[in-house]
Amino acid sequence: MVNLISRLCGKLDPLSIYDYREKGGFKSLEKVLFKMKPIDVIDEIKKSNLKGRGGAAFPTGLKWQFVSMEESDEKYVICNADEGEPGTFKDKILLDGCPFQIIEGMLIAGYAVGAKKGFIYIRGEYPKSKELLIEAVDILKKEGYLGDNILSSDFSFDIEIRSGAGAYVCGEETALIESIEGEPGRSRFKPPYPPNKGLWGKPTLVNNVETLANIPVILEIGAENYKKYGTESSSGTKLISVSGSVVNKGVYEVEFGITLREIIYDICGGLIEDRKLKFLQIGGSSGVCIPADMLDLRLDFDEFRKHDIGLGSGAILVVDENTCVVDFIKVTSEFFEHESCGKCTPCREGNYHIVRILKRIAEGKGSKRDLDLLKNISDVMQQCSLCGLGQAAPTALITTMKYFKEEYEEHLKGYCRAGKCTFKGGVLDE
Amino acid sequence: MNLQQIVSDAIDKKGNTKDKLIEILLEIQSRTEGNYVPTESLKMISESLDIPLSKVYGVATFYSMLSVKKRGKYAIQICNSAPCYISGSSDIVKIFEEVLGIKMGEVTQDGMFSLEYTSCIGACNLAPAVKINDKVYGNLDRNKIIEIIASLRKGGE
Repeated sequence: MVNLISRLCGKLDPLSIYDYREKGGFKSLEKVLFKMKPIDVIDEIKKSNLKGRGGAAFPTGLKWQFVSMEESDEKYVICNADEGEPGTFKDKILLDGCPFQIIEGMLIAGYAVGAKKGFIYIRGEYPKSKELLIEAVDILKKEGYLGDNILSSDFSFDIEIRSGAGAYVCGEETALIESIEGEPGRSRFKPPYPPNKGLWGKPTLVNNVETLANIPVILEIGAENYKKYGTESSSGTKLISVSGSVVNKGVYEVEFGITLREIIYDICGGLIEDRKLKFLQIGGSSGVCIPADMLDLRLDFDEFRKHDIGLGSGAILVVDENTCVVDFIKVTSEFFEHESCGKCTPCREGNYHIVRILKRIAEGKGSKRDLDLLKNISDVMQQCSLCGLGQAAPTALITTMKYFKEEYEEHLKGYCRAGKCTFKGGVLDE
Repeated sequence: MNLQQIVSDAIDKKGNTKDKLIEILLEIQSRTEGNYVPTESLKMISESLDIPLSKVYGVATFYSMLSVKKRGKYAIQICNSAPCYISGSSDIVKIFEEVLGIKMGEVTQDGMFSLEYTSCIGACNLAPAVKINDKVYGNLDRNKIIEIIASLRKGGE
């Protein structure tokens, strides 16, 4: 474990500007405002090789460059604090632990891309974190860190806090933008992407909480020092949220390069009641399920990509042998059926039919054709859905059908090895 | 306070522009007995903000935290996402139903409690977890649930 991005969390009063400054807070902002041109800031972030921590791992510096290159009087910076991916609760640690650090990141981003206004879109499920942010913004306004001519410079920036209201899809940046505009959170057609046309049609930078919390740190220690953390393809650290059948559930900051085995057994103390590991789901409900024999994989964007795994938000769900794969995927698919915004057909209908078929299989009424249908529907959803929700929704289904094929087939014969699915004639023995 | 008063207060507090619609609805819901956004209030918002009623209704029914149906004074939301599922959320559902004598989606006769599902509330380290109004309760088992219900009942009467 390391303490780089989260080093201040729990170490200071989250609303004490004195504490924050004492620990080096706002030094990066001062450095940026008085010693660096916007282009230098973007270069430094590009050099640091920082990739978005929300799930898509898009190079942050490049995204900043896209927004800065747009010519417009009005630009926006949005902090995406809508972490809705099941199993993800890492942004909450930063939001509650050190809101000033996130806001400092936003200020630097605003300066770099030429924006004067920022929004923090926080999920409605975190009412206390939202109150904290509102207070933090008020304090910074009084102290001259927000508003006109920040620290007597030419740079002006203001932040508004907006609440989500329970919609997973609003973590997707265009749906989030719709929601800030007061609309139902339905994803937009892309292109244009938000850096060209985002909030109210203006160039908009959307960054995740953790990404923004990285910014002051990078500028403080410099891109070269930052790159000493992690691996060649994945610089820095990652906050991971571990949940499920594990002894120590929680959020941990780790360096890239650590193996999944070290995370599960060394950091989290292994499985509860010494249960046997069945699989890990990486990156939340939209992530892959990988079997226990892949535990030696290193947390690294490139290594993961070789195995078709996305790190996603950094959620790791530990699933033990008592779990039935079919029932688990049914629950996961019901989540997506509920959360689909309904705008595009592949996602709206695809999730509906996946749930129907899985129910059929779990009730012992499935057939070989159902497995083919599941593959077919998943394929269409991956290829044709409008946004990431629909494209990623069948990921867990596809990977479990790959790694746990025999368990699906057993269900067709009316047998559930976990004893979870109730068949007409009860659970059958082999 | 009557509904008209609640609606105009919410609009005054959050701002009289179209983009504040969600904030306004959340505010009204938190101030309305029964934890919901009454249909009549949607019409008032529509007129005040000059947004078609269909649109206000569309937003109010799109977001899971907003309800146009009356709920309990304490709206119990049980997380049914994967991490809570792994930690036994389906047992928790059964216990709540049994203790309260209602099914998921229903309200107790005295209007105190209602049961519904919610997607992940980010309390996976406390799984299985539920959210009751703004508060999260985690690491639940039968005894804890009975205790929580009893203390809410006491506090509410």
